[in-house]
Amino acid sequence: MAMKIGDKPFKERVSDGINDAFMRGAVASAQGRFRSGRLNAAEELGNWEEWRKLGEEIRSHTIENLDYYLELLSENVIKRGGHVFFAKTAEEANEYITKVVKEKNGKKVVKSKSMVTEEINMNEALERAGCEVIESDLGEWILQVDDHDPPSHIVTPALHKNKEQIRDVFKEKLGYDKTEKPEELALFAREKLREEFLQADIGITGCNFAIAESGTISLVTNEGNARMVTTIPKTQITVMGMERIVPTWEEMEVLVSLLTRAAVGQKLTSYITALTGPRQEGEADGPEEFHLVIVDNGRSNILGTAFQSILHCIRCAACINVCPVYRHVGGHSYGSIYPGPVGAVLTPLLGGYDEYKELPYASTLCAACTEACPVKIPLHEHLLRHRQEIVEKEGKAPVFENLSMKAFSLGTASPAMYNIGSKLAPTALGFFSADDKISKGPGPLKNWTDIRDFPAPKKNRFRDLYKKRQKGGEE
Amino acid sequence: MKVSLFVTCLIDIFQTDVGMDTVELLERLGCEVEFPEKQTCCGQPAYNSGYVDKAKDSMKHMIRVFEQADYVVTPSGSCATMLKEYPHILKDETEWEARAQALANKTYELTQFIVEVLGIEDVGAKLKGTATYHTSCHMTRLLGVKEAPLKLLSHVEGLEMKPLPHNYNCCGFGGTFSVKMTPISEQMVDEKVQSVEEAGADILIGADCGCLMNIGGRIDRKGKPIKVMHIASVLNSR
Repeated sequence: MAMKIGDKPFKERVSDGINDAFMRGAVASAQGRFRSGRLNAAEELGNWEEWRKLGEEIRSHTIENLDYYLELLSENVIKRGGHVFFAKTAEEANEYITKVVKEKNGKKVVKSKSMVTEEINMNEALERAGCEVIESDLGEWILQVDDHDPPSHIVTPALHKNKEQIRDVFKEKLGYDKTEKPEELALFAREKLREEFLQADIGITGCNFAIAESGTISLVTNEGNARMVTTIPKTQITVMGMERIVPTWEEMEVLVSLLTRAAVGQKLTSYITALTGPRQEGEADGPEEFHLVIVDNGRSNILGTAFQSILHCIRCAACINVCPVYRHVGGHSYGSIYPGPVGAVLTPLLGGYDEYKELPYASTLCAACTEACPVKIPLHEHLLRHRQEIVEKEGKAPVFENLSMKAFSLGTASPAMYNIGSKLAPTALGFFSADDKISKGPGPLKNWTDIRDFPAPKKNRFRDLYKKRQKGGEE
Repeated sequence: MKVSLFVTCLIDIFQTDVGMDTVELLERLGCEVEFPEKQTCCGQPAYNSGYVDKAKDSMKHMIRVFEQADYVVTPSGSCATMLKEYPHILKDETEWEARAQALANKTYELTQFIVEVLGIEDVGAKLKGTATYHTSCHMTRLLGVKEAPLKLLSHVEGLEMKPLPHNYNCCGFGGTFSVKMTPISEQMVDEKVQSVEEAGADILIGADCGCLMNIGGRIDRKGKPIKVMHIASVLNSR
């Protein structure tokens, strides 16, 4: 699966989302749980705003000095006997990973959850090379079993499915014969996955934070599957976006504290795995061989631009969990594995405006995302910035909008023009008005009046009434 | 105290009563209200659609219009937020940035001005009914005005306030979003109307005409027996 999901145009995707009553119910209830969880965890920690500020400073410093820390990380991984590969593109990353798998004569790869491997379409590349790839994160595994249904959320990828649907998927694809009880479903999945772990030659993980000072990669999970991926197979490959790095363990601790609270309202997740290179002499577990693949795939183009702070993202999904637009359209509507506010900012940067120019407009700029972000990324400002780029640099704005904005500028920068325009409004719209309201408006107003009434402009504007009043006349 | 009213384009053209209520209310609280006639719009429709250069023309005009004012007061949380954003938007134009900062420093949303500057929480208003309050996004999140309207409403005689479920969710207005993304906007405003009904209120109060036109327009279209009022009109009820 690449970053792009589905081939339908934006409007159709949105319409599918809106008509999926179950998905919307599931999203609304999940948003409720995640929201209260995050707020409670933040309150319990105390000084949440100070923590956020610290998180922002750490991310900002790290990304500002990304080249230095990546080099340090790379040196330290190599010192511990690991291999490091910098991949400029998705293709380069996949070529390298495929080469390692082939060299090891790998037939079965078991994976823990990783958005960047989805982004570069790694599974398909490996499958083309004749290798079986098994997702071991429960949500990802469900999606994989269900004919590669795309993820709709970056932390809980199968958010759009309920337990009855999951039971049916297991039944149809794997001959499951028990009920929709979560315990029974999970036990079934665990048994199936356990076999896979034991047979796998290669383990592939993502990376929440790489720690530059020690050459460590860390994984934050609740299921413990990532731990299995890093202990059983003899060869481990870790794939990380080039921005997923911290200078030292101290910063890692701060960011993990922010991540688990912001993502799922937990003080800590059940498992936090830190792995420093391959198994060393005298150590009991860990892979014999370790490869770290650091993926650029468009990220370095964001460095040094006004969008740089989107690289501060720690993929907690807090912005998605509070987004009132995501709430109604769901993740698949965004047409990208990165949905919600972070996706609406990041996807057009990585995938271009031709494919994704609607996304920055799929927001009311309500700023719930900016308020929720644990590292204070000004998400709604980035959405505005995208709109500005689309209009001013790319010249991709619709003609009608361009004309109306020209008229707007004329009418609001000059009081004389404003005066004429606002005075004419009641006459211009008079034909459409009845009982002080407009039910069927012309032009862009039609979209408004398709679903709501619009007030008819008043014959006397406020400024006329005010003038009369100042003269002592009747209001 | 001399107050310059920025009435906003929506109120000037569509919700004239709200403008008159704002004037009367401020005068009743002892302010001398002036209305600089050359004012137009804060520039937000263009700015939020990505037409930053075009927005800058109206912003600079507004800076000139209010240059002599002591206090600029506006009955809109969103427009007040926009005025406060001016220095940020004009940061690359040194002269204008300073002038924008001066305007931002003296700009207040109406309820914020009454509570923080005038120091008044009971304006002596009377209104019978059961109401709920819509917390508009820009006013609460970006301007940071959360308590002032609730404090003022709590002192309105005869008015029973009910909490609004999911009050943190946007109503789906979002300026041009409402006409560009109408199907999504529809779902959002429907959920908001449903929340107002769940609150058990017969009056919906807000401090932003954009949101109120959106929610009110949907309430009217659906024929719901809920009255929509701007907070200035509530506070000017006697």
